[in-house]
Amino acid sequence: MKKLFAYPYIVWMAIFIAAPLLLVFYYSVTATDALGNTYFTLANFRRFFSPFSPDMVQPFHERIFVVVALRSLRLALQSTLICFVLGYPVAYIMTRKEYSEKSVLLFMLLAPMWMNFLLRTYAWLTILERNGLINNLLGRLGLPMFDILYTDAAVLLGMVYNFLPFMILPIYTSLKKQDPKLVEAAQDLGAGQLGVFLRVVFPLSIPGVVSGITMVFMPAAATFIIPHLLGGRQYFLLGSLVEMQFLNIGDWHFGSAVAVIMMMMMVVSMVVLSFFDKGGENHGRGTVI
Amino acid sequence: MGEFAAQFLKEVELLAHRIIELNNISMKYGKQTVLNHIDLYINQNEFLTLLGPSGCGKTTTLRIIGGFEKPSTGDVLFDGTSILHTPPHKRPLNTVFQKYALFPHLDVAGNIAFGLKIKKASKDAIQKKVADMLRLVNLEGYEKRSPLSLSGGQQQRVAIARALANEPQVLLLDEPLGALDLQLRKEMQVELKNMQRELGITFVFVTHDQEEALTMSDTIAVMNEGNILQIGRPEDIYNEPKNAFVAKFIGESNILDGIMREDLLVEFGGAAFKCVDKGFAPNEGVDIVIRPEDVEIVPPDKGKIRGRVTQVVFKGVHYEMHVDAQGFLWKIHSTVAAPAGEDVGLTIEPYLIHVMKRDVAEATS
Repeated sequence: MKKLFAYPYIVWMAIFIAAPLLLVFYYSVTATDALGNTYFTLANFRRFFSPFSPDMVQPFHERIFVVVALRSLRLALQSTLICFVLGYPVAYIMTRKEYSEKSVLLFMLLAPMWMNFLLRTYAWLTILERNGLINNLLGRLGLPMFDILYTDAAVLLGMVYNFLPFMILPIYTSLKKQDPKLVEAAQDLGAGQLGVFLRVVFPLSIPGVVSGITMVFMPAAATFIIPHLLGGRQYFLLGSLVEMQFLNIGDWHFGSAVAVIMMMMMVVSMVVLSFFDKGGENHGRGTVI
Repeated sequence: MGEFAAQFLKEVELLAHRIIELNNISMKYGKQTVLNHIDLYINQNEFLTLLGPSGCGKTTTLRIIGGFEKPSTGDVLFDGTSILHTPPHKRPLNTVFQKYALFPHLDVAGNIAFGLKIKKASKDAIQKKVADMLRLVNLEGYEKRSPLSLSGGQQQRVAIARALANEPQVLLLDEPLGALDLQLRKEMQVELKNMQRELGITFVFVTHDQEEALTMSDTIAVMNEGNILQIGRPEDIYNEPKNAFVAKFIGESNILDGIMREDLLVEFGGAAFKCVDKGFAPNEGVDIVIRPEDVEIVPPDKGKIRGRVTQVVFKGVHYEMHVDAQGFLWKIHSTVAAPAGEDVGLTIEPYLIHVMKRDVAEATS
């Protein structure tokens, strides 16, 4: 009887997750010839790693797609690192009594998420623009212009801004779940503030850190809106490449191949991450709200 | 004859080394008073138990000694010097926590070595100490196990080993046996007591279980509502409870309203009894405490009080009987049973009648 309740979800999964995934795989290893016949090929993957791209208006002499992939990877790693460095202290402070009881910080963290993602990112456009908020202010103070829109820095800023809560929340959850008696036990055994943190609090929060990293790294590696808006139309990340192949060029086969390669990158990074998550199994594991 | 003994005990007490002293400790959370100006000293090598119902302030007292709570008033002395402002990690004592608080990310050896690693002990020294401790608590071969994979009793032993590995002068134990089943609890009581004797460490033990306190302690401090009601050897506390609360909390008792007619004569349960107490005002109202095993059942015409047996339960060593005498239900333990429904007489020896002042709130320390 209980099993019955699972069926809607299983059907949902089958239609909206499993089927599209299988389709993507199917498209990535096939191509269509001039006569409309579909055949099996690995050419889509070869093309990704080859130096020349006939899709572009100008001929490129570098492995342009690999460059895009590496840039995506770099930005995703950078934004994850920044989110971690900024987010961990915030999560830690939030668990302290005086904040957690009033939950002001949590509210401030979640409030922007009630706004549309696109809108939030557009807002940065007006802030960072040449005639935007920041430059207006700088101009009035007689300071030089601040021109970061359409650079790596702007894209990074957009990523950190949008994904920071996804780092903070799982870490916060795992810290909050820790038994305060463990801190007392560590103090009792001679650990000072730093010792308690390094030997007990941090190791026990690693599962939360790992889910935080996952939650930031994956969307950061796949996003196409943020580079599109804050990086400019010429700024390409893997996500933008997939979007372009599907929506502008209409090459679903190559687009699927890029998507599959992106998924492989994610899987590899997940496997690497899971090595760090061995110790604290089921302890303070961060759950995402 | 007791005068010399009393004098001798006093001398011994003066000689005994006071390792911990609590002077005038109060604890208030907002308007709620958790501890009400308590004084307590703990001698070196003593097994002292703080005994009381939940909410009596015993755990707070322990946490103040451990440094996890700061008292609202008063001072805590260790070996004669104040440790009031010493943070917990610098106090020369260790705690066994109520639910053990073992580190789930470390194995058993890692838990036991925790304090030694902070002290930067050498690898060999740590290894040796961990092995010694595991032998002490009978957990040899468990080094690499996760504490989560252990039973409650085993976790308990690891928690004790972890605290003792630091060679504390005083070990604080916060209801450490509360989560164990009866059989295991009894075993651990004996083991803990033996450990304390062998290691020569001062134990401060918190429990709400009176039997546990009687079994293990050298000294018991009975607490209620933030006051220490009585401190003494288990025998004294059991035999000479200072007031009705202590009597009720330690062991079973019949507690009656009585009137002190004159010195050595008290009236309760509808009869006058000879007793050994004096110094009360004539006709002063008092509490009478009589242990169930101190009531003697005799033929109806030979008892001072007459009643009817309403219930007999066999408890193994003795029978537990209820005798209804003019509306008061006497609890009586005896190895000889009178059948239910029979009329019986009750007598009590004068020295087994405990006469107490009415004022229960009176705190003594």
